[in-house]
Amino acid sequence: MEASRHWRLKQERYTLMGEICPHCKEKIFPPRDFCPACGEDARNLFQFSGRGEVYSFTTVYQAPAGYEENAPYTIALVRLEEGPMLTAQLTDMGDETVEIGMPVEMVTRRLRSDGERGMLVYGYKFRPQLARAISA
Amino acid sequence: MTDHKVPPILKPIRDVGIVGYGAYIPRYRLPAREVARIWRAGGGGTLFEEKAVSGLDEDVITMSIEAARNALARAGIDPDEIRAVWVGSESHPYSVKPTSTVVAEAIGATPHTQAADWEFACKAGTEAIQAAIGFVGSEMARFALAIGMDTAQGRPGDPLEYTAGAGGAAYLLGPAEISLATIESSYSFATDTPDFFRRANEKYPEHGERFTGEPAYFKHITSAAQTLMQAINASPSDYQHVVFHQPNSKFPQRVGRTLGFKPEQIETGLLVPLIGNTYAGSALVGLTAVLDIAEPGDRILLVSYGSGAGSDAFSLRTTELLPERRNQAPYTQDYIARRTEIDYATYARFRGKLTMK
Amino acid sequence: MIAMEKKKKALSDIIIVGIGMTPVGEHWGKSIRELALDAITAARSDAAGLKPQAIFVANMLAPYLSGQTQLAALLADFAGLRGIEAVTLEAAGASGGIALRQAYLALASGLVDTALVVGVEKVTDRSSAELEAALSTASDADHEAVHGITSTAQAAILMRRYIYENNMPADALAYFSINAHTNAVTNPNAMYRRAIQIEDYTHASMVSEPVNMFDAAPIADGAAALFLVRDDGSPNMLPHPRVRIAASAAISTAVALHDRTDPLELYTSAESSKLTLQQAGLKHDDIDLFELHDQYSVYAALSLEAVGFAERGQGWRLALDGAISRSGRIPICTFGGSKARGDTGGATGVYQLAEATLQLQGRAGENQIANAKIAMVQCLGGTGATAATHILELVDGS
Repeated sequence: MEASRHWRLKQERYTLMGEICPHCKEKIFPPRDFCPACGEDARNLFQFSGRGEVYSFTTVYQAPAGYEENAPYTIALVRLEEGPMLTAQLTDMGDETVEIGMPVEMVTRRLRSDGERGMLVYGYKFRPQLARAISA
Repeated sequence: MTDHKVPPILKPIRDVGIVGYGAYIPRYRLPAREVARIWRAGGGGTLFEEKAVSGLDEDVITMSIEAARNALARAGIDPDEIRAVWVGSESHPYSVKPTSTVVAEAIGATPHTQAADWEFACKAGTEAIQAAIGFVGSEMARFALAIGMDTAQGRPGDPLEYTAGAGGAAYLLGPAEISLATIESSYSFATDTPDFFRRANEKYPEHGERFTGEPAYFKHITSAAQTLMQAINASPSDYQHVVFHQPNSKFPQRVGRTLGFKPEQIETGLLVPLIGNTYAGSALVGLTAVLDIAEPGDRILLVSYGSGAGSDAFSLRTTELLPERRNQAPYTQDYIARRTEIDYATYARFRGKLTMK
Repeated sequence: MIAMEKKKKALSDIIIVGIGMTPVGEHWGKSIRELALDAITAARSDAAGLKPQAIFVANMLAPYLSGQTQLAALLADFAGLRGIEAVTLEAAGASGGIALRQAYLALASGLVDTALVVGVEKVTDRSSAELEAALSTASDADHEAVHGITSTAQAAILMRRYIYENNMPADALAYFSINAHTNAVTNPNAMYRRAIQIEDYTHASMVSEPVNMFDAAPIADGAAALFLVRDDGSPNMLPHPRVRIAASAAISTAVALHDRTDPLELYTSAESSKLTLQQAGLKHDDIDLFELHDQYSVYAALSLEAVGFAERGQGWRLALDGAISRSGRIPICTFGGSKARGDTGGATGVYQLAEATLQLQGRAGENQIANAKIAMVQCLGGTGATAATHILELVDGS
């Protein structure tokens, strides 16, 4: 059980809370204490919108231990609209085909469970942006 | 029942309303004919088309988070002002450890908040709304969030399996003056009626078959609706819309007729043929569908039902703020339109009925 | 940094005097210590029975798959070397190159005179799900592995983007695999000694789209060792032509693929190779063979570009036009690479170095690159967060 490890990361995992560099205004995700762009101290929180597009993707059939029950699953690098890229699963694809450049939005989903008795780990995944079915 | 000099309705000191609301319905649909195919049920035995099924990575926590985000988007308030996050469900992912703390964390409502999970079969969500009305109406809190959400359970082969669906809604309660719908009044009716239950550690519920009808669903909903309307001098014709708990299509239509409502008053909020019975989410997601299309000034009657048993009734009136606010998040029908049909095998896998160890 | 590296050039040469390799495969009968022993025994025997003062072990997975830390001490003791300095180096797939660099630094410092570099990996004792989980530890655990990423998936993500950006035929990377398999036919240590044709590639089953079975190296058990000495000026004592380490560099960058400015640019590969060329005073044209990281075919293309053998987006053309074959302009994977010799995780770099040594010593048999004098050997960890690059050179007149 790694309860404390997941607990420490809950803010970024649940809400895409990252950072913005006070020096060069670079938006940073996942959060880190030094700005990867200018190397200065960066700890100011920044809330990402959760919108982005697929940079590239693939499907995992041979899943690592702890992820077998969800296989096959699609995993992607997603470029957030504010700039940074992250690794995440795509979910709720239904019959839709993924493409590079496809617009996606963040949802909070179950990432894994540590066995039958272990804790449930929640975090960000991305899905096709929800279409409006009836006109506003 | 005794006659009350003061009507037994629940009316807070300060007027309270719905500041934001949000639905969530998962993407997958299991047609009733698929269930019938597996269990060789006679044709025509079902009164609905299909039910919504949650994906492998979904549960009441993730679904509540999305509904809550939609409610917040409509309310446009700072989540830090929310003093209670309450989730009513029959399918909390943990037996011990709140759903609500995860939801509160995910929407940014922590740490200055009450957080609790509610349980009262299919009315756990409306109970939470009534409590939230109390919180806001007593000025203990400016905002309180109440959610009813379920990934409903039904034993394979049981008639419940045709209907037990997934979905629900979140309601952010706040001061009436900034609400998109005000709560005119509410009322709760409860007795000890064991029509449906699930013992601790059991996977699937037991139900009393025909006992779930007259003495349970109909008695409680009728009493709750009539008492409330009487207390506030309202009649069925005063309402543009009415939403009842909907375990199937037949029950809410029949109870509506009994109370004197017309089919067109029930129509908009009757989602059970398309998404199934979402238990604690059932009446609440019916209401989101109504709010998605209601005109300002419309009156809406909402009556839930929870086995065990009880009914919560609410009389609502929409405000001028509704049309603009409802466009800040996906409509209930957007979720219904987002639909991928699955077969029974996929359903069995998604719902953990296939065990891998 | 460059000035510092140049200063080291003034130090004595570090010579690879012996190598040892086990076949790569499913060694059901052998434990991790027995595998390592085979390679150590072979390398010591190849080095005329010299005894090492220190052993540098390259390994990535023993803590997860064998439940073993202090692996170097365990292996030293099992190999009859109780009492010597023993240390394990881990940098995922770059472990082998990193271990050589540590041995090189120890020897160059003058504090150690003889050293063994041993790469070993034992992967077949666990289920494939456990192996995938262990391999995924090369990624950022909190931001990549937690999402269920695998090394195959990362390669597939890169390959899809590579194909997308370069507007190339879907089977353009096939020739990396075909070349590797061709070269493995005559390698007795190779796991797959069978040549393949383009049809085999185009009909191969998918592993993780667009990575197919022939884009992905098989991971298996194996061990390889190098015996190193500081040149004491008495070349006649050495059993084989002398191969010196002409340059050594290691570079790191963000572990997470998504944290790279441009995921298709192998920064560590580019920077470490640039450093080695500067240290050795060489140009690209001087390199007779390049043993690169080919755990997945896309890495071969990206490495050729990063190091400068091809323009950005053009690495695949070197495979298509045969430039990477044994008689081509820049031969790679001359004994089959990870693709056909087999990938051995943290031990792979040591295989690459041993094979390059055989080429320079003229002991490569049917795999011999004619007149090979200078070899570049590069190992990458994970998606390239670590690169260790070495240039090996045949000492004149040896």
